Amino acid sequence: MSDTAEKVKKIVVEHLGVEEAKVTDTASFIDDLGADSLDTVELVMAFEEAFGVEIPDDAAEKITTVKDAIDYIEAQKAA
Amino acid sequence: MFDSLTTPRRVVVTGMGIASPLGVGVAHVWQRMLAGESGIGPIRLFDAKDLPAQIAGEVPTGPKAEGKLDFAEWIPVKDQKKMDRFIMLAMVAATEAVEDSGWTPESEEDRARTGVMIGSGIGGLPAISENAQLVASGKARRLSPFFIPSALINLASGHVSIKYGFKGPNHAVVTACATGVHALGDAARLIALGDAEVMVAGGTEAAICDIGMAGFCAARALSTGFNDRPTEGSRPWDAGRDGFVMGEGAGVLVLEEYEHAKKRGAKIYAEVLGYGMSGDAYHITAPAEGHDGAYRAMKAALKDAGVTPEQIQYVNAHGTSTPLGDDLELEAVERMFGDAGKQLAMSSTKSAIGHLLGAAGAVEGIFSVLALRDQVAPPTLNLHEPSRQSIIDRVALEAQPRKIEVALSNSFGFGGTNASILFRKAP
Repeated sequence: MSDTAEKVKKIVVEHLGVEEAKVTDTASFIDDLGADSLDTVELVMAFEEAFGVEIPDDAAEKITTVKDAIDYIEAQKAA
Repeated sequence: MFDSLTTPRRVVVTGMGIASPLGVGVAHVWQRMLAGESGIGPIRLFDAKDLPAQIAGEVPTGPKAEGKLDFAEWIPVKDQKKMDRFIMLAMVAATEAVEDSGWTPESEEDRARTGVMIGSGIGGLPAISENAQLVASGKARRLSPFFIPSALINLASGHVSIKYGFKGPNHAVVTACATGVHALGDAARLIALGDAEVMVAGGTEAAICDIGMAGFCAARALSTGFNDRPTEGSRPWDAGRDGFVMGEGAGVLVLEEYEHAKKRGAKIYAEVLGYGMSGDAYHITAPAEGHDGAYRAMKAALKDAGVTPEQIQYVNAHGTSTPLGDDLELEAVERMFGDAGKQLAMSSTKSAIGHLLGAAGAVEGIFSVLALRDQVAPPTLNLHEPSRQSIIDRVALEAQPRKIEVALSNSFGFGGTNASILFRKAP
């Protein structure tokens, strides 16, 4: 697992209060991890803070799974 | 519209919960109160060194088993960030009260007949302060999406209803320091009028933060002369008093229609016997001459209950320890009771826990109910030299065993809002 993936998963576990095992790459924040729309807003803010990236609202709307978040952040960091 | 008024329904107390500067849990807090202990100390929740008032009554931190507060034992971490401190305190008190009542409705119908009315004087002041600072430092985009719902006063009622599935009336009183009594009285009326069978009612407050303390300091309302002797700062009616001591906490009572409580075999603590309200129409912070508003609130409560002053043996006073308010309330109580004042015990439990603002009336309602149950008047600490003599016994320094059939509790708020509530021994 990449550093980014590990960090993303750690943030998801902390913010959504879910077990680590449930936070798979394909897990959907809302459908699988019990988040509501406000939780996802807060989660994206936590990613911004932790990785020092800016995630605009239109991009944030497309981040619905753990993998979406990892891919977006890695792309930002590579750019 | 009010057809049910012609067939009034009786309302009783079947559950109680408390988080206060004397600790968490009704039994623990009451035992310490009767022992004459104080919950006032130096402020720990933030650095108060620049303020003239540096003492307060904070809910002590520690394990539940020791009667202290650790939010992790009450609220999942994921939910805590959605609640400012006043909501979390309400959740603690409501959880104890609901469990104490044994009322956990499963059917849709029972849930729809159970409501929540937990008010607050100020609400999420710490959250407002923190988020305003983020905005001021150019970080507006860093505000949590939970900021607004964590600060809104009615979200205490909202969270309690969500936790337990209570789908009846969901309401929140906001009348400054009269909030607690108004919440209990209004909730009891909703039951009496037939809007609900059970109401989880009370008040909560957590305003011991930078702008909360600075604001009350600016209003010259707080005690400033006892920073080196915190437990002596709250001294209702004593000649040396110099303002109120800020407290925090929550009090929640389960109020229930009498037949409903009897039918399910609930433990009944007391009956809500009467409720009265008034307005001063005078000044934003000062009580009117002779505290006429207090007199009229008490008079309305007695009329509502159909009792005379002779039938009342205990008064839990508003008694905040301010130079002006304490003696004016005493004057109003003397006017209300006349000669019957001779057999009265009146104490201010704020002497032990400070002023819990919007939670005050609710925790003092609990103390009034416990005074009835245990036939004891809790003490007024630090009352060594009254500034005004009176025929009314103010229970100085030590609790007194008393025969108590009916107890009265007063709360008055900024804006000139007054409320009184009467409790009677369990029927």
